[in-house]
Amino acid sequence: MKRMISMTALTIALAAGTAHAQQQVTVKIGVMSDMSSLYADIGGPGSVAAAKMAIADYTKDRPNVKVEMISGDHQNKPDVGSNLANQWFDVDKVDMIIDIPNSGVALAVSQVASQKNKLFIVSGAASSDLSGSKCNANTIHWTYDTWMLANGTGKAMVKTGGDTWFFLTADYAFGHALERDTDAVVVKNGGKVLGKVRHPLNTNDFSSFLLQAQASKAKVVGLANAGGDTINSIKQAAEFGIVKGGQSLAGLLVFASDVAALGLPTAQGLALTETWYWDVNDANRAWTKRWQVERPGKFPTMIHAGVYAGITHYLKARESMGGAPDGKAITEKMKSMPTDDILFGKGEIRADGRKIHDAYLFEVKKPEESKYPGDFYKTRATIPAAEAFRPLAEGGCSLVNKS
Amino acid sequence: MFEIFGIPSQALFGQLLIGLINGSFYALLSLGLAVIFGMLNIINFSHGAQYMMGGFAAFILLQQTGLGYWPALIIVPILVGITGMIIERTMLQWLYKLDHLYGLLLTFGLALIIEGVARNFYGSAGLPYRVPDSLTGGQNLGFMFLPNYRAWVIVASLTVCISTWFVIERTRLGAYLRAATENPALVGAFGINVPRMITLTYGFGVALAAFAGVMAAPIYNVSPQMGAELIIVVFAVVVIGGMGSILGAILTGFGLGVIEGLTKVFFPEASNTVIFVIMVIVLLVRPAGLFGRRA
Repeated sequence: MKRMISMTALTIALAAGTAHAQQQVTVKIGVMSDMSSLYADIGGPGSVAAAKMAIADYTKDRPNVKVEMISGDHQNKPDVGSNLANQWFDVDKVDMIIDIPNSGVALAVSQVASQKNKLFIVSGAASSDLSGSKCNANTIHWTYDTWMLANGTGKAMVKTGGDTWFFLTADYAFGHALERDTDAVVVKNGGKVLGKVRHPLNTNDFSSFLLQAQASKAKVVGLANAGGDTINSIKQAAEFGIVKGGQSLAGLLVFASDVAALGLPTAQGLALTETWYWDVNDANRAWTKRWQVERPGKFPTMIHAGVYAGITHYLKARESMGGAPDGKAITEKMKSMPTDDILFGKGEIRADGRKIHDAYLFEVKKPEESKYPGDFYKTRATIPAAEAFRPLAEGGCSLVNKS
Repeated sequence: MFEIFGIPSQALFGQLLIGLINGSFYALLSLGLAVIFGMLNIINFSHGAQYMMGGFAAFILLQQTGLGYWPALIIVPILVGITGMIIERTMLQWLYKLDHLYGLLLTFGLALIIEGVARNFYGSAGLPYRVPDSLTGGQNLGFMFLPNYRAWVIVASLTVCISTWFVIERTRLGAYLRAATENPALVGAFGINVPRMITLTYGFGVALAAFAGVMAAPIYNVSPQMGAELIIVVFAVVVIGGMGSILGAILTGFGLGVIEGLTKVFFPEASNTVIFVIMVIVLLVRPAGLFGRRA
């Protein structure tokens, strides 16, 4: 029905004028995202803007690197996403696809990338299966995942006394993975899961589920959902007096854009985990200013930062290899090179495709603590890179067993 | 406390009430659709977008002028209703003689445009809107905690629904309207300005959608896609109730809210499909809908 696959083509090619005879590298990148629905603010046009910035920054002093970019809408449908991926790889000769907020679509496109021996860098999707049981040699998972979210927020909640849980889970790949990973963290830290309810994606009214959560008497109501679903859950939980009644909410995946949509009076006090926040340091703030030229009035999410950093590292690897390496070769190269970019700092990509960096446990500020637009979080803890993500051996990734 | 199908009756009563509250929104929205279809023969696919406009207008009113929820509840339906009348005058009026499909396509296109514009300016994540201070908090009913705002939703929705039904089915104005639908030429011959009446009716239907949008703003995420998500369900409600039947729209709206609420307890995964299952069954058994006039 919505056949609105918008194709924007952008060629950033600076006239070759340097005396150095460097090898010409020509690259085509596809940014696939949710351009028009509930995840369009966490990824979407903001991801396209971040990709343009990454390409412009990288090619500025490197006339030998030519990068072309296209973008498209997966409409949150795995079939639409894999069709588009097939078309991009086969017809449009795209070398690498990046972003894809929506784990269902990301898992499908990861398969396509593997079949066609191309590369897929995940920034938007969360399921830890992408670098776990469903990993492959053509997929790199950059920004965050469900294990890391569970480990950050889940652990912090249990440690501060929230030892009984009730889950509201979005009924698809992402929600299931987030619920499973959080469940494991809760049990491991001595907590107990009293119940759960799975709601369809894009549910409007959560009051029925919230009543069930209330009746369970669990100390923590874990929201294993995202975007509009999380916003509706939190908004209505406030209305039904969940927090006033002594239960805490754990937003297992909350983005800066969700906090903006809720408003601080409703969102205050919420604990959440992210790997990147625009207001953490000067480098992020400067980058955000540039990003806002294309997205005025908005604040970038960690997904946007991941798109920028992922493309930067990819272009570095491509330039150092030269030529036109296949998907597996370039993935190997990216894993062998340490990562270093202005947004995530130094890091690495593990054998299972998992990119490793620090994570932060944030708390949403009270309205009176917020000094300027976008001043959403205070940092409760920094989780060092080595602890933030699932240990390599525990993911069940076949690439790990081989080596 | 006794149990029903393994669910404590306490919880069940709570869920029934919740279902009724959600049904209030279905009823309000399907009422607008039924009025427009019944009187104009237009399948108003932009109804969801107009509902969304209601929520957005409430937000903009608060941001730009500081006018809160209560003024918005009056002003927003009027403003959005006027945009509806402009649409009717400039576009819809040329389509009455054509097949229903043309009206559907036009309004569907309008819905996409309205949503696209909203997304362009405000993004997709949504806008914050709070429950008015006078309606925060709630009552402990023993079997559940009922937020005051939800109680207000039921009261307001029932009042609007019953008044609308009364005006259309039981007053002289309503009689003119229904007569104009049956035979516009004859009613016009009696000196009644039929086109103006039609314009006002469409404006009223759209105003109902905007009213529902303002009602929804404090409890649902105010985002460009809020209407698109709801409108499909509401269409199913109208089809089940019988296209154009005012009473049918109201009763099925509340009834399906309750059924959906119960599904959320017994089989939550199916809660977004149950209404369509019912629609299929109703269409097979009674193609004109439960309260449809035409067989």
